[in-house]
Formats: sequence, C-alpha cells, structure tokens
Amino acid sequence: MRARIPVENQDMLAALRGFLQRLLETEVVEAVLVPMETPSGAVTPALVADPALLDAADPLAPVLGLNAARAVGPVTIREPRGRIAAVLRPCEYRALIELVKLQQTSLEDLVTVVVDCPGTYTVPDYQKMRANGGVDRSALLAGMRTGDLASQAGYAFRDACQICENFAAVAGDVRIEFFGADLSEGIPVVLADELAGRLGLEAAPEDGRRAEAVDRITRSRIQARDAVFAEMRGRLEKEGVEGVFAACVRCHNCMTACPICYCKTCLFKSPVMEHEPIQYMAWARRKGAYRLPADTMLFHLTRLNHMVLSCIGCGLCTDACPADLPVGRVFRTVGQQLQAVFEYVPGRSVEEPLPLITFREDEWLEMGEER
Amino acid sequence: MSDNGFEPKIVAFLCNWCTYTGADLAGTSRIQYPPNVRIIRLMCTGSVDPTYVLKALLDGADGVLVGGCHPGDCHYQSGNYKARRRIIALKEILKQAGLEEDRVWLRWISASEGQRFADTVSQMTQYLKEKGPNPMKKEWAV
Repeated sequence: MRARIPVENQDMLAALRGFLQRLLETEVVEAVLVPMETPSGAVTPALVADPALLDAADPLAPVLGLNAARAVGPVTIREPRGRIAAVLRPCEYRALIELVKLQQTSLEDLVTVVVDCPGTYTVPDYQKMRANGGVDRSALLAGMRTGDLASQAGYAFRDACQICENFAAVAGDVRIEFFGADLSEGIPVVLADELAGRLGLEAAPEDGRRAEAVDRITRSRIQARDAVFAEMRGRLEKEGVEGVFAACVRCHNCMTACPICYCKTCLFKSPVMEHEPIQYMAWARRKGAYRLPADTMLFHLTRLNHMVLSCIGCGLCTDACPADLPVGRVFRTVGQQLQAVFEYVPGRSVEEPLPLITFREDEWLEMGEER
Repeated sequence: MSDNGFEPKIVAFLCNWCTYTGADLAGTSRIQYPPNVRIIRLMCTGSVDPTYVLKALLDGADGVLVGGCHPGDCHYQSGNYKARRRIIALKEILKQAGLEEDRVWLRWISASEGQRFADTVSQMTQYLKEKGPNPMKKEWAV
C-alpha cells in the first residue's frame, strides 16, 4: 500500500532516520544496514542495531563509494542470522538481486528499503564538496520533484549516474519515492499493508506527478546513455578492446569494486596464472615481446564473459580505475547488446534465471550443426 | 585449395564422450585430415570456460574448435546446452570487442561421426588459411 512518512520542519533526513528507528523499535528488524556518516565525515554502510546511532544515518548522501549489495551478503547468507533492513539505491538493489541468483546472498529475513536516487558523486568529489561549502541537498530534492535534475555547480554526477535510466525505486519491500513528490504531506512510501500496520502508517493517496518526473529524467538519461553507447561502439570497432584498455595497469580495482565479481579467489589471482619462468621466455620469443603482467586483455575479456550479463551499471569499476579507463562504459555498452541476445534484464527479478546457468532445448538449433 | 604456405594452428576442446571419440574413430578408420589441430580432451563442453578459448586466441591460436555431443546426447544431460549459450555469449562479446569471432567454431560431432570430425577440421583449416593468421599472434601488448 501507499503511505507517507511524516515529516517535521521540512527535515527529510530526520524523517527517514525516524522511519528507520521505527523499524527497530517495532522490532520489525533487529538491525538496519544503512549509509552512515562517520565522525570524520565519510559515508559508509554500517549495520546499526542501536536506534540512537541512526542519528548519523544518511541515506540521502549523494555519494557512492561502494555497492552496498556486497555488504548485505555476509550478513544474510546463512543461518543463524538476524532480521535486518537494508537501505539501498536502485543500482544496489539490482546488484543484490543478481547476488541472490549467484548464491552470494539471501533475501531471507531481509527487508529491502529502496530509495529513489537523483544521482551520486564520487567519493573524492563528495569530500571536496563537503570541504568547500557543502552539498546542496535541497536542490537535489527539488530537482527530484520537478524532474529537472542538475548536479551541483562545478561538479558532475558519477559517470555511470549520468547515463543511468534505472534510478527510480521500482522494487523492494519498502520503496521510498521522492520523484514528483510534494513532500509537505510527508515522504511517499510503498510497502506491504502488514508492515505499514506494524509501523503505524496510514494509507495515503498517490499525488500523481511521479510518472511525469521519472519520465522526464529517463528521457534525458537515455539520450545521454545512447550517445555514450554509440561513442563506445565506435571506439571498440576502431581500436578494439585492446585499444580501449591499453593503459590498464592490472591493479584489479575494477574487479574488487564490482559488486557482481564475487569469486572468493579470482582466477587471475590464483596459481593458474602463475607460470614457469621458462614459459614467459617462450612467449617473449614467440611474439618478440610479451606484456607483463601477462594476460591483461584476457583479464578484461574474461570479466566480460563472466559477469557482463549481470552488469547492473553502478559504474564503480570506472571510479576505481587509477588509469581513468572507461571500464563501466565498456561493460554497459557490451552488456546492453548481450543482455538483449538473452532477453535478460539484470537485477529485475529473482525469478529470471541467470542466462548462463539455464537453457532451452529448442533454442539456437542451427548452432553446431553446420556442415 | 588455396595454398599460401600459412598453416593455421587450431586448438580443439573436445568432449570425452562424443567428439573426442569421434576424432578417435577418424583415426582408427584411417580417415585423413589436416594435422593443424591440437586436441585437448575435456569431460564435457559444459566445462569449457570462455577463458580457455580466449587464452588460446590471445596467445596466437588461429582458431578454436569446441566439439561436443549433439543436443539431447550429453553424457551429463545438459552440459552441451550450457556450452551453447556460453559460446554464443563469447562470440557476441568478441564481436563487440572488435575481435574476430569467426575464429571460434562450435560443432556437435558424435562418437560415430569420424568422417564429420575429419571434414570439420578440413573445413576449418581451409577457412583459416584463407582468412590468414590471427592478428593477436604478433600483438605483444595484450
């Protein structure tokens, strides 16, 4: 049902903190996983059990340094566990759904709270903003209401956010909706009747402007996205993946930052990739020269093969790259094509199986039968 | 047959139950086929990680052949169906990445199809001869 989280003195952050405190006080959950502001001013997810500490919760901080879906897994993966709520952005929720299908996390005993996202800044940008006069949150909230979103002067949203068309909360146990909302009556929230009852929330009418605001932003984001796709396709065609990734320094940051790349021991950090000294000599002689560390392109192409179908486009790989490579753009561009081949939308539903672990007998029948 | 003196190297990942046995049959039947293929036997095409194919291609194989049981005949019920999807994904990714996806062939060849195995290797060798060497062979900076 649709309800409203009561707001006092136009303080949205206090209203959301109050809502999360209610979740704890009514014993709906035993802890809340939510972005918290540390005493030194950084924003990081934390599992909060003490309602008083939720005064430092900051689910509206427009910054994304890591995908919180990764943090949910260890807390929910097996019993015994606690009942928790996880406050997530839409891209984090989609990553969570993929991780459920990859058996890296569980939705059991978990209440997902998905919050509409205007876009986020990188960690360095966010810190700079804080140091230089602060982050203008009211401008962001106003933009979410009208659908006229702009980043703060002098700063740009993260590269991935600029082309993100899935920024609205459309799934999750609790959906907190800022787009198109007139917040004077409270913050619109969609949740199950039973949960609303336990939290003491009453049904409220929809105010009807959400679709309009979401549409407006979606259109401009898709336009930006398609321009990026076209540019990236052109580059890949001209330079190849080896050209685009030529400056890679093999730090593996993209893999570490990726919420989908879950392997405990990555193939590329395993002994499989350790060769006998004489082997390197053989390669060097055969090609005349041999790039070291070896297998740089193999690393990127393998990552594409292993996870591009599940790429939910959070773009943390791009932010993590010390060589400023457009990792996320490559993955989204290739991902869009490949996801279309398998008619798969990552993060949409736990009911849709991962394309590479399922099959139909009656598909691609001509494949392999060529004579 | 065009003969430009170039002898392609083909790395073949063959499943134990069908294509490898088919290759064996080609041999015991004394069927001639080009010696350009280097066979790696696996238990199932379902165990072919795309990384294997990529590693071969990036290190200079001119082609990679993945051979398994016909759909419905997998010794493990569904390995070849999964391989089919993986190879489709791999070829699409290679295409998107600006690499030559036609150097990767997937073929279903049963244990009784010795002739088909020999024909496939002949065809692939000929195709790659005409196509020319894998550009990655000389690319040191990958």
